[in-house]
Amino acid sequence: MASVEFANVRKSFGTHPVIKGVDIEIADGEFVILVGPSGCGKSTLLRMLAGLENISAGEIKIGGKVVNNLAPKERDIAMVFQNYALYPHMTVADNMAFSLKLKGAPKSEVDKRVKPAAEILGLSPLLDRFPRQLSGGQRQRVAMGRAIVRDPQVFLFDEPLSNLDAKLRVAMRAEIKELHQRLKTTTVYVTHDQIEAMTMADKIVVMHDGLVEQIGAPLELYDQPANLFVASFIGSPAMNMIKGKLDPNDGLKFTTENGVVLPVVKAPESAKGRTLIYGLRPEHMTIADGGIPAEVVVIEPTGSETQMIMRVGGDLITGVFHQRISAKPGETVGLSIHAEATYLFDAETGKRLA
Amino acid sequence: MTMTTTAKQPLAFGNIARSNTAVGLFFMLPAAVFLLCFLTYPLGLGVWLGFTDTTIGRDGIFIGLENYEALARDSVFWMAVYNTIFYTLIASILKFGFGLWLALILNEHLPFKSFFRAIILLPWVVPTVLSALAFWWIYDAQFSIISWSLMKLGWIHSPINFLGDPNNARASVIAANVWRGIPFVAISLLAGLQTIPQSLHEAASLDGATGWQRFRFITLPMLTPIIAVVMTFSVLFTFTDFQLIYVLTKGGPVNATHLMATLSFQRGIPGGQLGEGAAIAVAMIPFLLASILFSFFGLQRRKWQQGGQD
Repeated sequence: MASVEFANVRKSFGTHPVIKGVDIEIADGEFVILVGPSGCGKSTLLRMLAGLENISAGEIKIGGKVVNNLAPKERDIAMVFQNYALYPHMTVADNMAFSLKLKGAPKSEVDKRVKPAAEILGLSPLLDRFPRQLSGGQRQRVAMGRAIVRDPQVFLFDEPLSNLDAKLRVAMRAEIKELHQRLKTTTVYVTHDQIEAMTMADKIVVMHDGLVEQIGAPLELYDQPANLFVASFIGSPAMNMIKGKLDPNDGLKFTTENGVVLPVVKAPESAKGRTLIYGLRPEHMTIADGGIPAEVVVIEPTGSETQMIMRVGGDLITGVFHQRISAKPGETVGLSIHAEATYLFDAETGKRLA
Repeated sequence: MTMTTTAKQPLAFGNIARSNTAVGLFFMLPAAVFLLCFLTYPLGLGVWLGFTDTTIGRDGIFIGLENYEALARDSVFWMAVYNTIFYTLIASILKFGFGLWLALILNEHLPFKSFFRAIILLPWVVPTVLSALAFWWIYDAQFSIISWSLMKLGWIHSPINFLGDPNNARASVIAANVWRGIPFVAISLLAGLQTIPQSLHEAASLDGATGWQRFRFITLPMLTPIIAVVMTFSVLFTFTDFQLIYVLTKGGPVNATHLMATLSFQRGIPGGQLGEGAAIAVAMIPFLLASILFSFFGLQRRKWQQGGQD
């Protein structure tokens, strides 16, 4: 187990920069998730940590030791690949034991390490099978088993659940989290799925376009997004973003471009009279008589909650309600916004102001 | 009554036309005729001639195994058998070694990679007779460029007698055959190498494998099915080689480079002994069958390739 540190790390493919100066500190035993849209550089960053891509500038440290020029095998890390990368010509047992065999470990020791790992992952009855004979979830487990057997300083996961179906993904999510709680090995996990990030991580690193947008605990990112990108990326359904202006005199009066007044409880003095983005999470509103009039466009009941798309002024707003709603599309309902849970962002820089 | 019979006939024809088996056989007819005329008939004729004493211009009579009995006591024939096996064995090993080496190099990130991949095929696309003629000049007793270069360098004092000395001649024809055969092996193995996912190499290097261990435990096992196919073909091509030898040495000096194919031709056509020539050709069949069977069992899907689906 070890801490991991990225210090002003950069990477270019030719002249094209993909990582543009990244600083991340990961404590010993922490479960950190790198999350961001496709092409944001998160997988590249992970591969740089693994030693599969070289580092153009900056430093990567594992356990306080700079590893920039160390070969992958000298970094004492284990990686679970998106396509699992199981050796097709080896049985499950051989796949898991491969690293030990390369080290020349005696058979007794190989057994001593492979058996418990197989036990943890429920692979014991499958040890003699070949990867082709396994289901997707089982292959996923073998890939994790191969990593566990190594007992490395750091576990790396590169979108490990993206090839599984939705149900299995939820199950494996819990399994990986449970595994980390048991082994307490420092883990760096890459995904583009913000729900995976929210549910599993101790700490989330939101990346966008080769830069870190925000680092924090899941709920911290949810409650205090640093900017528009994080605000729109974290949370599902996504936060509603409504463009408008703050009154030059009354700093708590926000008027949308369509002339609807939305409630604000706090705003910095400097924001007065400026064009801003009003951020409202779908779950922070209720239906109430006398609220802001909203025309129902689409209703999507899911049982536990009801998702509704409404037109407020000219803006489309998504809301999630825990009450059953009897309104029909085309009807108008009253919308009560939880003003204390709303955000204001600078329309130009995207920074959160309140 | 007459009406029913006339009505029945088109119906019967319709039944045949609708039967998949009949249509299938019909469409296979051209290919079958082709195979019968150009493969089965010559092969059958060859086997038959081997049991006769036919010479050019005179139909022979059936003489049973006499040709084979004569060959069994013929030291030149046994020399040709030995030469063929030696030639095939050494040339195939060299072709495999160099071919694999070349494929591994071409699989790396090289500048002008596609250019090199294209140029590598050159020895294979040049007609054998032409490249053999070129080698004939390269191996010329007086004007050989190799001898000339080595003499200029001062390493030797007189030209090398490439094709005049039995052992030199054997080495020379093998070298020419290897030069010609490498591209086929290299390109086929390169295709095989490219089917191995990069992530397996990455996983292995994270697991602590050195370059050699990656080759030994990942590349080689995953390449074996392709190696089996490629080397079977390579062995068949080499075993039946004729053009190269015929242009370069015509089997000489003193039969030192005679292969079974060249000996068969020499006895059968210039020598006129069609029966004996055919018998030599037929004697190649057991060797070829053996190598095909070897690959048949070698090619059977490995256990790890069976079961499951992707």
